[in-house]
Amino acid sequence: MSSMREWLERIRSFFRKRELDRDLENELSSHLELAVEENLRQGMSPEEARRQALIKLGGIEPSKELHRQVRGLPFLDSIVQDLRYTFRTLKRDRGFTVIAVLILGLGIGANTAVFSVVDTILLRPLPFAKPQQLVWIAPPPTKCGFSCETYSADAFEEFRAQNRSLQDVTGYFAFSTEDNYRLTGRGEPLPATGIDMAGNFFQVLGVQPSLGRLFTANETRKGSHPVVLLANAYWKRQFAADPGIVGKAIDLNGQPVTVVGVLPPTFDFGAVFSPGEKVDLYTPMILDDVRDWGNILTMIGRLKPGVSVAQAQADANLLAPQLYFNTKYPDSNKRYQATLTPLKMYVTGRLRGPLIMLWSAVGAILLIVCVNLSNLLLARAATRSKEFALRSALGAGRMRLVRQLLTESLVLSGAGAALGLGLASAITSFLVHQASIALPLLSDVRVDGSALAWTLLVAISAAVLFGVLPGLRVSSGNLHESLKDAGPGMSEGKKHERVRAVLVISEVALACVLLVGAGLLLRSFLRVLDVNLGFQPDRAAAIKIDYDDGGSPAKRGVIFRQILNHIGAIPGVEDAGMVDYLPLGQNRNWGPLTPKGKTYRPGELPSPLVYVVTPGFFRAMGMRLVAGRDFSWEDSPTSQKVIVINEAAARSLWPRGNAVGQIAVAGGGDRLVIGVVADVRETSVEGAPGWQAYYPATQDGPAGAELVVRTKLPPDSMATSVIRTLRQLNPNQPAADFQPLQQIVDHAVSPRRFFVLLVASFAGFGLVLASLGIYGVISYSVTRRTQEIGIRMALGASPANVQLMVIRVTLRLVLAGAGLGVLASLGVARLIASLLFGITPADPLTFAATVIVLTSVALVAGYLPARRASRIDPMSALRAN
Amino acid sequence: MSKEKLDLLQGTLDLMVLRTLVTMGPLHGYGLARRIEQVSGDQVLLNQGTIYASLVRLQQRGLISARWGTSDGGRRAKFYSITQGGRKRLAAETENWQRLSAVIGRLLARPEEGR
Repeated sequence: MSSMREWLERIRSFFRKRELDRDLENELSSHLELAVEENLRQGMSPEEARRQALIKLGGIEPSKELHRQVRGLPFLDSIVQDLRYTFRTLKRDRGFTVIAVLILGLGIGANTAVFSVVDTILLRPLPFAKPQQLVWIAPPPTKCGFSCETYSADAFEEFRAQNRSLQDVTGYFAFSTEDNYRLTGRGEPLPATGIDMAGNFFQVLGVQPSLGRLFTANETRKGSHPVVLLANAYWKRQFAADPGIVGKAIDLNGQPVTVVGVLPPTFDFGAVFSPGEKVDLYTPMILDDVRDWGNILTMIGRLKPGVSVAQAQADANLLAPQLYFNTKYPDSNKRYQATLTPLKMYVTGRLRGPLIMLWSAVGAILLIVCVNLSNLLLARAATRSKEFALRSALGAGRMRLVRQLLTESLVLSGAGAALGLGLASAITSFLVHQASIALPLLSDVRVDGSALAWTLLVAISAAVLFGVLPGLRVSSGNLHESLKDAGPGMSEGKKHERVRAVLVISEVALACVLLVGAGLLLRSFLRVLDVNLGFQPDRAAAIKIDYDDGGSPAKRGVIFRQILNHIGAIPGVEDAGMVDYLPLGQNRNWGPLTPKGKTYRPGELPSPLVYVVTPGFFRAMGMRLVAGRDFSWEDSPTSQKVIVINEAAARSLWPRGNAVGQIAVAGGGDRLVIGVVADVRETSVEGAPGWQAYYPATQDGPAGAELVVRTKLPPDSMATSVIRTLRQLNPNQPAADFQPLQQIVDHAVSPRRFFVLLVASFAGFGLVLASLGIYGVISYSVTRRTQEIGIRMALGASPANVQLMVIRVTLRLVLAGAGLGVLASLGVARLIASLLFGITPADPLTFAATVIVLTSVALVAGYLPARRASRIDPMSALRAN
Repeated sequence: MSKEKLDLLQGTLDLMVLRTLVTMGPLHGYGLARRIEQVSGDQVLLNQGTIYASLVRLQQRGLISARWGTSDGGRRAKFYSITQGGRKRLAAETENWQRLSAVIGRLLARPEEGR
């Protein structure tokens, strides 16, 4: 109790220093007066009386010091003292301080920002209840697109009912496209993106609505009143966060739909399941309506407590072959397989490699920053050795000096961390709004508690890392030597220089590794951009259009033809056509395509991806017709059924190049192959294309319509006239995005661009730091050798000789660093081999370019001091010491 | 200076201060120092300055209180007086001290036992 009181008093005293000191001073002077008075009474002279009084007291200052120690917090006092001293020295060395804090800020900021991204995507669990129980259930990956990665309504229901290791199974409609709804009744029709969910989706994921309720079982039955759940962002944006929205009806595609609830802001379907896309509306899927639609549902399961993924997998292995594609057909079982992947792994698994690479790159940056600061501090220590010698001569212990230096390091890195945090929150808030980067969960990235903790850890370890070496060197110095050592020219300086050279070499080596990594990624990225996509994305754009054909192909043909005629007549439009699924987006297949008369085992041939298109689509996309003809409006519901296939399919099925004119069995009937088009990169820019088949919209039912317009002018400038024309034809046409095809391609390569951009900027930063390091060391050595250079020049060395001498030292440092760096890079490159595209990890061009860049930058850094050296005036140099 | 010695000395001084305040009533720092010197017959080599450290410590522990007043000679000085808690502590410490010194006395009084 009393010790607690004493500590409180001590803390109080710590903050009332001035007041207490004044009080003590009064008390001590009153003490002296009393003592002098008594001494005078004993007959001493006034001077003697005062002297004796002081001796008895033991001096005023020691008494005060003792008083302060006893009453306050001496440990804290000395820290405050160190801090105050630190601030004073750092203020005196303003240039050094600014550079050090800037370097640290950039290094720590990059680390914090990358950590926030890594933490959000890799480390943090998914934002669902007990997310570790959630598994993604899909057939093993194949080449035939989403249709081979999903399940039919019947299979879904059976799997849900019969498996014994999952609490429940849910899913969503995998073929939803953007802007597939039209919100009407509020002025001009607005596009909205909705998706059909299994009725239990939100319950299984453990998402609670922030308003209203979730779907009921009744609402997934045929004929029930249509209902919708709103995404939180959409509710805020479109309905001004109307708290009374629940129970109201909104008009979707001309039909009143009742809003039953609003989802919480933490639930972002797009961020998890289809990165970079936003979903506005969720509707219950009525399975009875879609039983004949084929494979349309994804499956997500929740493991029973205590059941492992392996156990559930064993269960699924037994169950999957028993599932029926469609229970109407008794022989449609034995088609399915089911692979269970933890949901987290499914969502972010493929980013593991790139993110770990990014994390390591940013770690390397931090190392370079530390080495650089170590170097700067060593240079400073050299000039401060006298100061420290003086302090230790005045009685400062070795520990105290090291503590002082560590305080300086901590203050520097603390300031750096503050700057870094600002930088990191700027970077993360920028990233959050980059909807064009297709990385999952990116919209959740923020500098949170764990990022703060990480920053603190990074800052402290950095401070220790870069502070310890200079600290030990300074404090280990021989007092006598240091006081004598006049600075440059002495042996102490030389030892210093060797340590600094080692630091610079390691800095160069690290920068070299970063440069090689960035170079390899950049070259891969350029290769990706160079890929022949099979279509020309420039000067073409697509817009989702609304039409009502009442399910009649003939009527659809008339509507589409009219639209295309009107669009084609707009000045500046070269070609126009329609398709239901754009490349690099959604896709589906309609089962196998075989030459008529041949039989294959089920699964022997891949199923081509299916696109339903209008005449003119190939030209509008800039796709090359290799053989045969395009569709025409004469290909009608009543004429010969036709099909166009891609080269990959044609080459495999009719290797002699005579595909055109053959009859194929596909899409449930015989079809005349009328044309062959070049392969399109349909699922990803980097993957090789598979089989593709194109059906005419005049004969087959499309899943929707994207109008593709090829223009003479930049597509943006055409948007208004295209939308105006569409509106004239159909007042219900929503104001959907007129999306340039290039944007679709950019979206597809955005993760790669993201990583390249970051690693390249780290490498650039590393290069700058390394050259700073070189400059520092060379510059210092020139200063130290001023006298020597003066003598050389006096003895006849030309300025060119001197420059060469300095440059040679520089080169030696760089080549040593680059040599080590290249060796390390060979290893690192092999580690990131899986992230490369179109080049080998030992890409000679990248390595050569790196060494050249490093050397030339280093030569520039070394040239400045070299020039200074060559301008040394021998006379003044010799006189100086 | 090793820490144990200092602590012992401080503790002893604290005890002397408390005792003196009980005997003499409120006193200022100088008065306390002089009194202790006199009582000890100048056997204690007292650095008078240390008495202020002892006083602030006792004050922080709530064993004594202080206020500014005027001395007999008409000078302003800070007077210390013992509190209720101080008296209790003094009683406890005195007993402690006596027991300890008795033990030490007995221990040191024994004839040396050969080893």
